[in-house]
Amino acid sequence: MNHLPLIIKREYLTKVKNKSFLVMTILSPVIMIALIAVVAYLSQLNNNSERNISILDESGLLSAVFKDSDNIKYTVLNGLSLNDAKEIVKEQQSYGLLHIENHNKIDDVANSIKFYSEESPSIGLMSDLESVLERHLTDLKLESVGVNIEKIKAADVKVDIAQESFAGEKTSKIDSIIKLAFGGAAGYLLFMFIIIYGNMIMRSVIEEKTSRIIEVIISSVKPVQLMLGKIIGTSLAGITQFVIWIILGGLLLTVVSAIFGIDLMQSQMPQEEIMNQAMNNNEVALEMQNVMVAFYNLPITNLIFAFILFFIGGYLLYSSLYAAIGAAVDNETDTQQFLLPILMPLILAVYIGIFTVIEDPHGTVSTVFSFIPFTSPVVMLMRIPFGVPIWQQLLSLVLLIGTFMFTVWFAAKIYRVGILMYGKKPSYKEILKWIKY
Amino acid sequence: MNNLLEAHHISKKFGNFTALNNVSIAVPKGSIFGLLGPNGAGKTTLIRVINQITMPDTGHVILDNEALQPHHVRDIGYLPEERGLYKSMKVGEQALYLAQLKGLSKSEAKTRLKYWFERLEIGDWWNKKIQELSKGMAQKIQFVVTVLHQPKLLIFDEPFSGFDPINANLIKDEILRLKEEGATVIFSTHRMESVEELCDHIALIHQSNKILDGKLIDIKRAYKTNTYEIGIRTPDDRQLQREMAEKFTVSPANFKTIGDELKLNVKLQEMHTANDLLSYLTSKGEVSHFVELVPSANDIFIQAVKNN
Repeated sequence: MNHLPLIIKREYLTKVKNKSFLVMTILSPVIMIALIAVVAYLSQLNNNSERNISILDESGLLSAVFKDSDNIKYTVLNGLSLNDAKEIVKEQQSYGLLHIENHNKIDDVANSIKFYSEESPSIGLMSDLESVLERHLTDLKLESVGVNIEKIKAADVKVDIAQESFAGEKTSKIDSIIKLAFGGAAGYLLFMFIIIYGNMIMRSVIEEKTSRIIEVIISSVKPVQLMLGKIIGTSLAGITQFVIWIILGGLLLTVVSAIFGIDLMQSQMPQEEIMNQAMNNNEVALEMQNVMVAFYNLPITNLIFAFILFFIGGYLLYSSLYAAIGAAVDNETDTQQFLLPILMPLILAVYIGIFTVIEDPHGTVSTVFSFIPFTSPVVMLMRIPFGVPIWQQLLSLVLLIGTFMFTVWFAAKIYRVGILMYGKKPSYKEILKWIKY
Repeated sequence: MNNLLEAHHISKKFGNFTALNNVSIAVPKGSIFGLLGPNGAGKTTLIRVINQITMPDTGHVILDNEALQPHHVRDIGYLPEERGLYKSMKVGEQALYLAQLKGLSKSEAKTRLKYWFERLEIGDWWNKKIQELSKGMAQKIQFVVTVLHQPKLLIFDEPFSGFDPINANLIKDEILRLKEEGATVIFSTHRMESVEELCDHIALIHQSNKILDGKLIDIKRAYKTNTYEIGIRTPDDRQLQREMAEKFTVSPANFKTIGDELKLNVKLQEMHTANDLLSYLTSKGEVSHFVELVPSANDIFIQAVKNN
């Protein structure tokens, strides 16, 4: 008798019909988009606010350097003493006063520059001012020792190393970034999925225990069937939720940016950079081309297959453990001590993915952890965009499936005994004993 | 063979704890079989073995002349002591789901559920969630779900716990009716009153061992002590009591009557019969009360445990 489809159906429907699930599914993307919109809006608001900065340049070298921009206006004060200038700036409620003393040596001028203001000024503004001053003073200093600035600027050389693999595939830095993004997204998605839906499975097992229906059910079906049905049903519900999130999120993002006319992507970048990019139109086009090439260079088929297989394997591995924990305890508060050993390898995997794979995707650490079953799904998914030999992928997959079968067997044992145990919270020792029952 | 279920030499250990030690029972077809024992005796473990929830360490179970197999779950209806339903699921949906798990088709399950819901007058609960119902109401649904697939063997573990007297009676009548219709019932409890009314056969489990089993009547016969409770009006109570003490084993009795007669428990020796006692008493005065003291299940239970 195979009741698996029936159980999967029930688990799926109860999850999907659950009110909080519906609310979460619909509200999450709305909240996310709203958050992005608010942040974007606020940062625009911030950029739009105008700041007046007064300049008292006693050296006479630098006052012409500062050019008004959209949000900063410069006022040059001439012939005032520092104290008078301060008074005026205070009265006018300007943002601040930049004071440049007069010295013979340019180094002394550089060291004497001060900024006076009511509140401590923003870091961004200070570094902007500093870079402008530095650039100009350097130019002045070079000129003073008889160097032709024009010649130096003309002699500027820009290098962009073209990369090519022995097999003749052209790659670039962008390539690595794209690979990293893909790998990182895949690994992180798996990590999130395991935590969110693993917990959901665990709660649903606990619910069956606390509502005491469990014995009724397992007098009809095998506990393993119930456990698998639960895992699969919950995963399907999870996939449904994810798909809805992606669709809804994309839709909302388009709608919101259309309505508010906020170019969400651009408002995140500093003004200066946009200008820079506009000036180097050619460069942008080149970058775009590189991005496209990087996309084509990704081992797409491999990526998709690996993603599906490692995702399923990794997810089942962990979710069976979640189910076992749910079976071992009576209520959610007791789960903490058992959850930690599960979360540790997961978090470790993500950290290895982020720190080690970026540094050296085929180094010893990355390679070893992409074989260890508890970390392999995340680490391997992050490595694959950089090109992993098929034999490594297969070996890792075989190890994963082997471990997965072991954990399911192990979890089923704990599950079988645990679901009928009520009362005290079991210790690890007791749980190990259950395996022999 | 007219046993529906036979469990042979079942043993089960959990770690160092022995839950069942070489226990055998035979449940005749069409009977109500009482599985009795104090809490923690091993009743539930035995029931779980029969339900294939727990695998025994040794021994085997035969159901309807076949070794117990996974498909037999369809032939068994089990109402566990620890019972419950999905709280947030609707009554109808839930009942359908559980019935389908027992192998009924959806349409068949629906027809039967309609019948049962009408029978127990709970038809309008179909779309309610379990959490909206009272505990007793949920228990009724649980009962329906247990019997819905018309199993050959029904197992009730403490079926009356949680029921109010009215619903307990209702369920008791339903159990008797199911028996009339040919079902065999195993009935596990530590409450002896219900045993007297319902059970034909009993088995007594104490500290993982079966210490007694058989027909309830036979057991009662075996445990009767030839003791009679008598009431007699006589001019001189003390004189009679002294006289009787020489012939029989006599002790004062305590039962309620409207008169002030002499009340005694009289234990007969092997050589005497009830008639001997009665004719002796009638010669001494007016007999107002004459009852054979049949041991109650409770007495037997206590005595069997003590003897063991």
